[in-house]
Amino acid sequence: MAVNKIFPGAAAALAGVIKDGMTLMAGGFGLCGIPSALIEAVKQSGAKNLTFISNNAGIDDAGLGVLLQTRQIRKMISSYVGENATFMRQYLAGELEIEFNPQGTLAERIRAGGAGIPAFYTATGYGTAIAEGKPVAEFDGRMYVQERGLVADIALVHAWKADPEGNLVYRKTARNFNPMMASASKMTIAEVEHLVPMGELDGDHIVTPGIFVKRIVLLDHVDKRIEQRTVRKREAA
Amino acid sequence: MAWTQDQMAARAARELQDGFYVNLGIGIPTLVANHIPAGIDVQLHSENGMLGIGPFPFEGDEDADLINAGKQTVTALPTTSFMDSAASFAMVRGGHIDISILGALQVAENGDLANWMIPGKMVKGMGGAMDLVAGVGRVVVLMEHTAGGKPKLLHRCTLPLTGKAVVSLVVTELGVFAIRPGGVVLVDMAPGVTIAELREKTEADFTVDEALKQAA
Repeated sequence: MAVNKIFPGAAAALAGVIKDGMTLMAGGFGLCGIPSALIEAVKQSGAKNLTFISNNAGIDDAGLGVLLQTRQIRKMISSYVGENATFMRQYLAGELEIEFNPQGTLAERIRAGGAGIPAFYTATGYGTAIAEGKPVAEFDGRMYVQERGLVADIALVHAWKADPEGNLVYRKTARNFNPMMASASKMTIAEVEHLVPMGELDGDHIVTPGIFVKRIVLLDHVDKRIEQRTVRKREAA
Repeated sequence: MAWTQDQMAARAARELQDGFYVNLGIGIPTLVANHIPAGIDVQLHSENGMLGIGPFPFEGDEDADLINAGKQTVTALPTTSFMDSAASFAMVRGGHIDISILGALQVAENGDLANWMIPGKMVKGMGGAMDLVAGVGRVVVLMEHTAGGKPKLLHRCTLPLTGKAVVSLVVTELGVFAIRPGGVVLVDMAPGVTIAELREKTEADFTVDEALKQAA
């Protein structure tokens, strides 16, 4: 009898695992592919002093912006937070700590963390403020900065489809940081739009193997927001 | 007369070659997609995990799961592939992207670039800019020539750097400057702009390309 990974809801999936002061990862780029229901459940849990590793900080009333409004986040590790006024206010008031990482460095730190690689070298950021205090080394005539792998106590990810084993498939650009984050925690919780029977996902198409996923929550409704709606006119027939 | 933003974008688009994989930054650089010369076929890379960006969707066809790095809704093409952020930046860091066209706050005459932070004022983050300028061999900057009347092409950047000695070419509304190992060379000017005007509005030292001297 296999372990049951399927939980009845986001709150149930977080119950007993989330604690004050923890480090969490949340997938997504902007509002695309973010684990909204799990973020809402973190809000309901009331856990405080959290560190969040996430590319962005959401907007004021969506994504991680929800947890900034309730002041549950103490520190963010992100590459870009430009769309969130709450963030800016708390940061400039000294209430929130931010560690900016170049986006590719952030992605690779998470990938490395999940793969058991404690550190790696990248040319990104050499000679800039983000290299300060970090070891540097020359390889083949070029200078590189040492960056550390990242892991989290809990990783929150959003996927398109899952099977009961926790194999995950993503949809279009909603994939982004989710697969690396799924690998970078021993408590990865996936909220999914569709839960399909075992065998229905083609093994060749699975992006995140179930070994990386501890808990699965099937969303009862999916509310996706668009940050920048850009369209073109249809030519008149 | 100064170039318009579209003319700047068209000038930058002349740097593209057939078969190039191209990353366009947010703002004026995005306009480059509208000016790709005839006969040149390129694939646009979006660092959020998409290679092969199509045009904006028709009204009603917007898909929240299909956006570019500016978080704008886009469409896929027959060539499109989707990948996670680590694979997307492997393309960047690994030198697989041929050209990166992006905006700047300041550029120095040695190719240093500042475009991510104004201390005490702008704390948005660098996004993928530091990875792009470090990983892509040819970096083209599209920017206004001055900000509040002050030159942006400088001896040395005064703002925090995005990358050291990374810029290859700077296109402004007034002219085009190549940043070479020997220094900055003015290689093109908007119609009606004079070298004297450019000297006045540029802090960086520059020489003038021989062909341009003859034409002027």
